[in-house]
Amino acid sequence: MSFRYEIRLSGSGGQGLILIGIILAEAAGIYEGRYVAQTQSYGPEARGGVSRSEVIISDEEIDYPKAMSLDMLLAMNQDSCDKYFHDLKQNGVLLVDSTFVSQIPTSYAIKIPFTLIAREKLGREIVANIVALGAITQFTDVVSIKSVESAVLDRVPKGTEKINMNALKEGIKAAKQAKEELRKLSKSFWKTT
Amino acid sequence: MKAKLLQGNEAIVEGALAAGCRFFAGYPITPSTEIAEGLALRLPQVGGVFIQMEDELASMGAIIGASLAGAKSMTATSGPGFSLMQENIGFASEAEIPCVVVNIMRGGPSTGLPTSPSQGDVMQSRWGTHGDHPIIVLSPSTVMECFHITVKAFNFSEKYRTPVIILGDEVIAHMREKVELPNPEGLEIIDRIKPTMPPEWYIPYENNARGVPAMASFGSGYRYHVTGLIHDVRGFPTSRPDEIEPFMHRLIQKIEKNLKDIQIVDPFMVEDAEITIVAYGCVARSAKRAVIDARKRGIKAGLLRLVTLWPFPRVYVEKVAEQSKVIIVPEMNMGQISREVKRVNEGRSRVITLNKVDSNIITPQEVFKKIREVL
Repeated sequence: MSFRYEIRLSGSGGQGLILIGIILAEAAGIYEGRYVAQTQSYGPEARGGVSRSEVIISDEEIDYPKAMSLDMLLAMNQDSCDKYFHDLKQNGVLLVDSTFVSQIPTSYAIKIPFTLIAREKLGREIVANIVALGAITQFTDVVSIKSVESAVLDRVPKGTEKINMNALKEGIKAAKQAKEELRKLSKSFWKTT
Repeated sequence: MKAKLLQGNEAIVEGALAAGCRFFAGYPITPSTEIAEGLALRLPQVGGVFIQMEDELASMGAIIGASLAGAKSMTATSGPGFSLMQENIGFASEAEIPCVVVNIMRGGPSTGLPTSPSQGDVMQSRWGTHGDHPIIVLSPSTVMECFHITVKAFNFSEKYRTPVIILGDEVIAHMREKVELPNPEGLEIIDRIKPTMPPEWYIPYENNARGVPAMASFGSGYRYHVTGLIHDVRGFPTSRPDEIEPFMHRLIQKIEKNLKDIQIVDPFMVEDAEITIVAYGCVARSAKRAVIDARKRGIKAGLLRLVTLWPFPRVYVEKVAEQSKVIIVPEMNMGQISREVKRVNEGRSRVITLNKVDSNIITPQEVFKKIREVL
């Protein structure tokens, strides 16, 4: 059976969701040699409005380039969480930015305050997307942390490498904590990590 | 050759440069902006020229001028800008000036849906400018194909002295895929044929065996007249029926005689298909998936993907119409290519349309559902 992994990164325009989509696609496609397709959907506004980016990762050529049933959903605001939760497949991973998402549709959701972490620990809200990217690496094995690190360094503006690497680390740390809490909630949910 | 993650628009930029494009004039518009952005950066690096014009009318005028001066020229736009370019596209057709126009379709009419995909400009790309005129329209489905189609577009425009339209859609233009760009030395690049006789012997629109006159660059010592009026072989306006008719016929025939070269299709599992899907652009990808799913369930489905939309690849569609019981035409418009399919089908097969205009791509499930319905 061929392997196809679908991730949707959603939130509002300006949160950097398309950028982390590109980074994920680059990590999986260029650094790990898989087939990837990254698409996006956004409104006509420069900021605000809904924004989403999708990454399909496969070991064979990708025909349909958009998501059909999500393996992972990142929701960086309430709207996108409400709108896309139902596109998750059974046992799909729901990651929410609990800074903005207060009503969470399932107790199995992984709640991490990405924006709050970016603001308080890194001093810049703008890197919330990279914090989320760090967390994503902990809930899937389609990309390794190492590839993601390399892809981040390729794509972020010069002079911001350090803060972005720290953001990635904070995301990984927060994800590990969240995972631990989740493990207590349900021992059977995560097979092994 | 190193693998890169590129957008369709970025691949078009690379294709244009590989084909020898050295002049771009345009007015950026979503979802084609990355083409202008990319060429603004890259053209000066290779000694080319990028100009941001005041609007799309002028953009089209500028690339015609640059092409007359000998440069391979291109512009890129989307629906609203494409409408404004129509007048000068007609001029390029009539005066036989090679140029490439990229139209990345978005929802329309008017300013429509700037960031959403559509396939609503299929008929406009053929008949947007008035009068009987030759035109070639190509539609890519993958990022890699964006590169190759752009090279092809320049080759066709140079070979046949005609404007060529690359009709993309937002999904393909903005999608990123892993591509390995080919070595430029390995690509076939065609340049327009230039006159070799002394300038005083040059007859700019004189017919020849190919039906495509040699084209002198302005400033190269060959003086000639260029007009949008129907002209005689020297390029001056004429109203003599015995000059008009051969001119019009040559204009149309230079394309019609070369359909084998120009018409590109990509058949997938059509050999024994009882249900054939005819699709193009991003929708062809959904259709391919639906065909694979249908085959898994023992349904004999196939896909005829059209790369060349105009001149409409009639012989290929006739062939599938002959053998299939049903043809399904999914499109992100109210039915534009399906009309052509019906026209050439002539009752051979059942032609079913699947149209979607809600700004979302047609999904594989929707195509598959249609296949199940018509079984």
